[in-house]
Amino acid sequence: MSALLNGRIWSLILLLAAVIFPFLTENQYYLHILSMAFIWAIAVYGLNLISGYTGYLSLAHAGFFAVGAYSAGLLMVKTGLNFWLALAAAILITAVAGFLIGLVSLRTKEHFFAIYTLCVGYIIYLIIYKWEELTEGVRGLIGIPHPAPLGPFSFETPRSQYYLLLFFLVLVIWMMKRIVHSLVGSTYTAIRNSEELAEAIGINVMKQKLVSFVVSTVLAGLAGALYASFVRFIGPDISYVSITFDMLTYLIVGGIGTLAGPLVGTILIVALTQSLQFLEDFRMLIFGPLLIALIIFYPRGIAGGVSSWLHNRRKETVFAAGMERTVNVKGESQ
Amino acid sequence: MILRTCGLTKKFDGLTAVDQVDFAIEKGTITAVIGPNGAGKSTFFNLISGFLAPTSGEICYNGRDITRLKPYERARLGIGRTFQTTRLFEQATVLENVMIGHRLRTKLGLWDALFKTRRLKREETASREKAHEALAFTGLLPKSDRLVSELSQEEKKRTAIALALATEPEIVFLDEPAAGINPEETEKLAELMKKMVKKGITICLIEHKMQMVMNLADKIMVLNHGKKIAEGTPDEVKHHEEVIRAYLGGGISA
Amino acid sequence: MEIFVQQVFNGLTVGSVYSLFALGLTLVYGILHIPNFAHGAFYMVGGYITLMAMTGWGVHYVAAVVISVIVVGLLAVLTERIVFFPLRNMPPLQDKIAAIGLMLFLEAFAQLVWGTEYRTMPTPFGKVVDVFGITVTVQRILIIVTAVAVMLILYLFLKKTMTGAAIIAMSQNREGAFLAGINANKIAMLTFFISGALAAVASSIASPINLVFPGMGHLVILKAFVIIIIGGMGSIPGAIIGGYILGFAESLGGTFISNDYKDLIAFVLLVVILTFRPKGLFAKEVH
Repeated sequence: MSALLNGRIWSLILLLAAVIFPFLTENQYYLHILSMAFIWAIAVYGLNLISGYTGYLSLAHAGFFAVGAYSAGLLMVKTGLNFWLALAAAILITAVAGFLIGLVSLRTKEHFFAIYTLCVGYIIYLIIYKWEELTEGVRGLIGIPHPAPLGPFSFETPRSQYYLLLFFLVLVIWMMKRIVHSLVGSTYTAIRNSEELAEAIGINVMKQKLVSFVVSTVLAGLAGALYASFVRFIGPDISYVSITFDMLTYLIVGGIGTLAGPLVGTILIVALTQSLQFLEDFRMLIFGPLLIALIIFYPRGIAGGVSSWLHNRRKETVFAAGMERTVNVKGESQ
Repeated sequence: MILRTCGLTKKFDGLTAVDQVDFAIEKGTITAVIGPNGAGKSTFFNLISGFLAPTSGEICYNGRDITRLKPYERARLGIGRTFQTTRLFEQATVLENVMIGHRLRTKLGLWDALFKTRRLKREETASREKAHEALAFTGLLPKSDRLVSELSQEEKKRTAIALALATEPEIVFLDEPAAGINPEETEKLAELMKKMVKKGITICLIEHKMQMVMNLADKIMVLNHGKKIAEGTPDEVKHHEEVIRAYLGGGISA
Repeated sequence: MEIFVQQVFNGLTVGSVYSLFALGLTLVYGILHIPNFAHGAFYMVGGYITLMAMTGWGVHYVAAVVISVIVVGLLAVLTERIVFFPLRNMPPLQDKIAAIGLMLFLEAFAQLVWGTEYRTMPTPFGKVVDVFGITVTVQRILIIVTAVAVMLILYLFLKKTMTGAAIIAMSQNREGAFLAGINANKIAMLTFFISGALAAVASSIASPINLVFPGMGHLVILKAFVIIIIGGMGSIPGAIIGGYILGFAESLGGTFISNDYKDLIAFVLLVVILTFRPKGLFAKEVH
């Protein structure tokens, strides 16, 4: 393979671009948009792990995002806890919530799981909305502080916050890469491929699904906690199903079950939505049909398409192409 | 005796798919389960591999009661199986498909993957070697970098067997391994099974191709309407009156 | 006691709407195994068409409902052709996502055309009458009567006509029905038409006592999923019974437990059911 096509080099170039970006523009607004995209991308990576790799479409991820955001936000605002401790606590709380919900929801399959998680998401929304004593309800939680300084680093300026978010995003991508490119990751794809076969070759499917689900909810929770401290205001809206559908759109456009997909899809659509401001409320007029068209003609999104074009349908496709496979299996069994 | 069922019964609301089956499999043999369509063969397999829970009866494996164990726990004890439709991951390579077969012998966790621990390297290497071994054994080594979707039906069947072998089984249950493949290839598949037995693996298969079964099996069990109607050597079964009747008097060796 | 009777009557009203709506969802699921997330959007479009026909063109309420039924029915057929037909052999993840995309599109479309504000739907049946000692509006009686009538017609259609029998046959065994010479395409389109029409009836009769807005389908579709899981995915009597069960549970629970958390009842019910029966209440074991 020529060095030009080497993924590592491209990753480094991309990283470098992200690092120098704040110096290229004086426009704080662009920085803000990209920072937001980073936050969402982290959550979408979470969604990708359970839905793309493990094959369980979770529609509760906005709920877990909100669990992380409200845990961190409430701890900081109401108990004055330091950001970093609140962040750790938020991650822990989302993990526990993910574990408990996963324990019951993962016994259901396919449509049932999607509907179950959709309802779980709605329950989380209703609780946040109605439990005013705790969450301030529809008024929302205001005055969430910026991240506390960490040694020599302080996070008061947009630029420093941008780097903080970039750091977490890179960390998450690095984690995902390690997982996906290991036997642990292939265990998840094996489950997506056929749960029965996985069980027959001795994989404790329930345990593996649970681990995958908890990690995926933790990433959503992490994104939520970062959002709380970055935007400094949270309302029940962040847990509404439409946020889950936004995440799903980013994932499908970028490429579900691919490593680059969440990043590509999120940045692209967040940027596109911002530059087409007038679309704000009507963006789904375009993204809705786009979602359908992609799912019909390009089920692996942009990243899946590019990688199969570049890599001669090897390597990446292995992880990316689970979607097409089932078609073959169906043909075979008839 | 490696595996034995006692009074194994499975009822699906009203219908008895498997009815009081007592059956034993001797170590190092090839046993076939035959019977007309809907005789309960697949249900019987699913009971033994743990995908269905029996209504009553027991399954003993190496003297141990495994009736309540989950499928993956049985696999870890050495009970392997294949499916009628191979269910392989078509978009992955043969090697990658088979590598995951050794996963049950590893202790890898998320931690190992994140920090590329020594255990990860060791166990991934072990899985790769095990997969190579299984592919060499099934004669698929030259194809190990091909995508499964590019393989012929017979090669897919062998890949599925290689995958089962990578789990290091003592006994393998093959669900219609020769379905949908041509006579010459069926012959090759029979050779592979003999080779497995020589290696010390016990085989139990469901098969409709009578000629293959008659040549291959040491022992045959015949199911009809969920009941065991005959059991014995191919010759004994062939001349068993009830078996002939079950097959509508048609030539059973056809 | 009077409160109790009042709430039973409310439950009957709400349950009627739920049943009608869930019927369409369960029919489509039974035939095509699609959990149609866009079904709530059909409901919403149905409400708007009726409202617009009345306020925009000055059509009578009843005629407006008929127009709405036809339009939404055709819209449903169109989506079957454009979206679900091309996906018929794809894995289940695909059609779920496509259905969500469709839903998002229809909602954005409604926002663009009709705006985001909440609207009330006028009804010529707003009069108040006394029935069995309780005061109710004629509209509420109309809801119950219409729902029962539509269900009866649907029942007769499915049981007494060849086409209806074909729909039932296909929901029981898709491949078998295909072999038996049933035109699967036609049946799929017809089923979508019926499902869209049912959604339009449900929203048209419910809107005068609720409100019309782009997000009006959200809660309803979620609850309809709960209903068809209670009643068994694809089961027609199950959807009807499940609809009334939820209707009663909500109106009684809302009065005697907490009105604030009334909407939670359905979801808690679902979570409890799926926790103990992961494949739904009436799942059968497969061989």
